[in-house]
Amino acid sequence: MAVRVVTDVAPIESPPISSRAGVLAGLAAALLQNKKALAGLVMLAFFALVALLAPVIAPYDPHSLQFDPILRPSPAHLLGTTSFGQDIFSQLVWSTRQSLLLAIIAGLMATLISLAIGVSAAYLGGVADHVLNLFTDVFLVIPTLPLMIIVAAYAKSGGVAVLIAVIVITGWSYGARQLRSQALSLRNREFLEAARVRGERSLYIIVFEVLPNMTSLIVAIFLGAALYSVLAAAGLQFIGLGDPNDLSWGTMLYWAQANGALLAGSPIWVLAPGICIALLGAAFALLNYAFDEISNPALRPVKKTK
Amino acid sequence: MIATRPVLEVNDLVVEYGSVRAVDRVSLAVAPGEFLAIVGESGCGKSTLLFAIARLLSPPARIVSGDVHFQGKDMVTLDEDELRHVRWRHYSVVMQSAMNALNPVLTIGAQLRDAIKAHEDMRDSKIRARSEEVMRLVGIDPVHLKSFPHQLSGGMRQRSMIAMALVFTPELVIMDEPTSALDVVAQRSLMLQIKELQKKIGFAAIFVTHDMSLVSHFSDRLAVMYAGQVMEIGPTNKVFSDPKHPYSSGLLGSFPSIRGPRQALAGIPGSPPDLAHPPPGCRFHPRCPQVMPHCKTIEPPFYQREDVDIRCHLYADNR
Amino acid sequence: MQITAELKADTAEPIIRAVGLSRHFQLGGPLVRRTLHAVDDFDLTIGANEIVALVGESGSGKSTVARLLARVYRPTSGQILYHGRPLAQMRSRRQRLDYAARVPMVFQDPYGSLSPVYRVSHGIMRALKLHRPELSHAQRDQEAARILRSVGLSPPLEFLNKFPYELSGGQRQRIGFAQALACRPELILADEPVSMLDVSVRIGVLNLMADLRRNEGISFLYITHDIASARYVADRLVVMYAGRIAEAGPAEDVLANPKHPYTQLLLSAVPDPRAPISLPATSDVAEPPRVINPTEGCRFRWRCPYAIERCSVETPLLRPLRPAHEAACHVAT
Repeated sequence: MAVRVVTDVAPIESPPISSRAGVLAGLAAALLQNKKALAGLVMLAFFALVALLAPVIAPYDPHSLQFDPILRPSPAHLLGTTSFGQDIFSQLVWSTRQSLLLAIIAGLMATLISLAIGVSAAYLGGVADHVLNLFTDVFLVIPTLPLMIIVAAYAKSGGVAVLIAVIVITGWSYGARQLRSQALSLRNREFLEAARVRGERSLYIIVFEVLPNMTSLIVAIFLGAALYSVLAAAGLQFIGLGDPNDLSWGTMLYWAQANGALLAGSPIWVLAPGICIALLGAAFALLNYAFDEISNPALRPVKKTK
Repeated sequence: MIATRPVLEVNDLVVEYGSVRAVDRVSLAVAPGEFLAIVGESGCGKSTLLFAIARLLSPPARIVSGDVHFQGKDMVTLDEDELRHVRWRHYSVVMQSAMNALNPVLTIGAQLRDAIKAHEDMRDSKIRARSEEVMRLVGIDPVHLKSFPHQLSGGMRQRSMIAMALVFTPELVIMDEPTSALDVVAQRSLMLQIKELQKKIGFAAIFVTHDMSLVSHFSDRLAVMYAGQVMEIGPTNKVFSDPKHPYSSGLLGSFPSIRGPRQALAGIPGSPPDLAHPPPGCRFHPRCPQVMPHCKTIEPPFYQREDVDIRCHLYADNR
Repeated sequence: MQITAELKADTAEPIIRAVGLSRHFQLGGPLVRRTLHAVDDFDLTIGANEIVALVGESGSGKSTVARLLARVYRPTSGQILYHGRPLAQMRSRRQRLDYAARVPMVFQDPYGSLSPVYRVSHGIMRALKLHRPELSHAQRDQEAARILRSVGLSPPLEFLNKFPYELSGGQRQRIGFAQALACRPELILADEPVSMLDVSVRIGVLNLMADLRRNEGISFLYITHDIASARYVADRLVVMYAGRIAEAGPAEDVLANPKHPYTQLLLSAVPDPRAPISLPATSDVAEPPRVINPTEGCRFRWRCPYAIERCSVETPLLRPLRPAHEAACHVAT
């Protein structure tokens, strides 16, 4: 029998959280101390700022076709112009808005659905659990590319709504499994039993006792979903699923590819949006790793002692 | 009296985790065939001390100063190759929870084989013979060599661990709370078995536990640790019959008895200090019922009373 | 203390009376009939102002009994009477809440029994809100402070604002008791409250239980594997083995005159630094069994030095051997 005597002292290796702060504040402090998190936050903040200040930063109207096509980068056109005569830099800046919004909105929706299904499966148990798991597994296994092609064939008017729908449908199942696992492992923790014995209602327990203990995982899943959204959105727009008249990095790639940008001698048209997609994705990925490290000290990098 | 060289000698050992000092200048010695018990509550550093002695520390823990001499050899400076030569053959370790230390997907026999082969090149037939011998030694039918850990009871698992530790008949066996995962009856049984094996094979033993009463009848010498330091060390019967350090007597007084009259006990108020910021002077002074003014500023050295060393100003030589 | 009239059916009755209680668990799938008998034929009476200790090793069923009394599990058979009224009849939310207030539980794990994301005031305030809704916000604060003082955590406001990771194990267990006290309980079910605490801290918590009984008249069911601590606080001792009661009686009498061979084995195995080894050490290697699909007969017979043929055939029932002292053994006298 496990007579495991617990430390009667605060653990030596606990992270340096100020004693009066709440858990959220503690999390914020831990984030700021983590290099990966800082890098990710800086990048994300940068893109958010650009998106916000697009009208100010972009020198020209991104749609305007008034310039000479395929100009080299110059002080007048920092990144040159497209085959149609649009300023690439202005396009890039304005595209930040849609790309960022897509990532966050699709990421949030996918996370919410994962949460609802994962936690319900854990708490309803029995037949409901089996059904929900089956449902999750089916979606996990659906190949995304054929699905996208099918949807593209059926969606007459494309647009952001269809994009988000496809991303969410293909993206929620991954998180659902993890959330279910964690909810299950929490289920037997004694403080939940204490809440039950105290007389709390089940819904109260799930919302106020279980979910707050899952915040770390929920945020990590959101970040993962956002990362997936960035890449999936870009991919979908690249194959023409979105509205080609939208301003986003993916559509820039679509037009660049349609006009043979690389062959025509303006590789910047492809590189610029490509790099932005990569950077935004990296921002989410870095934050994701940072969260994993914070919630699981075993993953933290070990400082090399001499 | 012939002075025999101690099997293990620890001198002023200091172990730190980053800036926290988990073991603070601990010195002790174990004679051949002697049973030394190290007793303390959680956070006192006893497990860290054990790991340091066995060279099992992993970063960020590290030995900062002091030395550990095993059979005259300096353990701290040995490299991995030399260590492997000494490990298991001359000293071995029994961990706290067999379920954690045993591989759940390998049979006991396979694990014994692994242990043997890691340290010596033996023919398979010899390995088999030795495995059966050592299982019988700990009171398990050798047929269980084919069993998986989950098929054995808790007590039998612990015995398998001990069998593994004895496979090369080492001179020293280090045990970290090997009985705490067992129920009372199995605990008693295991302790008797360990004592019997010790008499038969003659190894010295260091036994770390939080349960003072468990070792009272089995150990030759007893060291009481608190907040990373040894507070009292001496022959078991002397420490038990007359605990001198206020912590030792407080600890002993925390065990309700099943015999004798029922009496109210006080335990020890407060809790062990945060090792990142230990109290100045004597580390026990905030909780000590016999605290004196200078205990708060001056750290007591060891004083001797008969064969017992006590880290307490109450026993300063001029008293 | 507001106990509704319909709840206190009969105040002359003891707080809890368990009669023939049993709880079985189905193991394996629908094709395999394997039933784990966690508790069988359990009788227990707990009155006002008394501490009853339930002693047993792991697998003895003692924790299951606690959960049956806390209404976490429903009994497979038998009944539990609260002041004479069967729990099975108390089905409305109001009745369940009232019972949860009168018979709360304190848990074993000081780390796990408090939610890490809230301050320690959370559980106490929730308990007060749920069970004493008549209190105003200010009254709740006052009551929380009073409760913390009574469990020995002073100054109360400083402790209420801390997070669990800032407290030691002993302090966390005291918060656990505070949560139970917030409901104005009659009987606290304490499931191994000190097993995971350091030795020197245990006495403090055990003394707290004795103080609460003496000063506030609260009864305790103290569940433990440590018979020495059971003796320290309890008036009566109930020894369980493999889901059944082996022996029950006044604590001092059971210790001085253990009748059941298992109790004798237990007592001989308990290390006592102050006493030399006087009783012969048994070479007993076996451990308490998991009782799956049991047959008739005494469940201790395989380890019992006194077993006779009757022990394999007939399950022994509790019978009185001394005043107020019973044992379930065919051989005991």
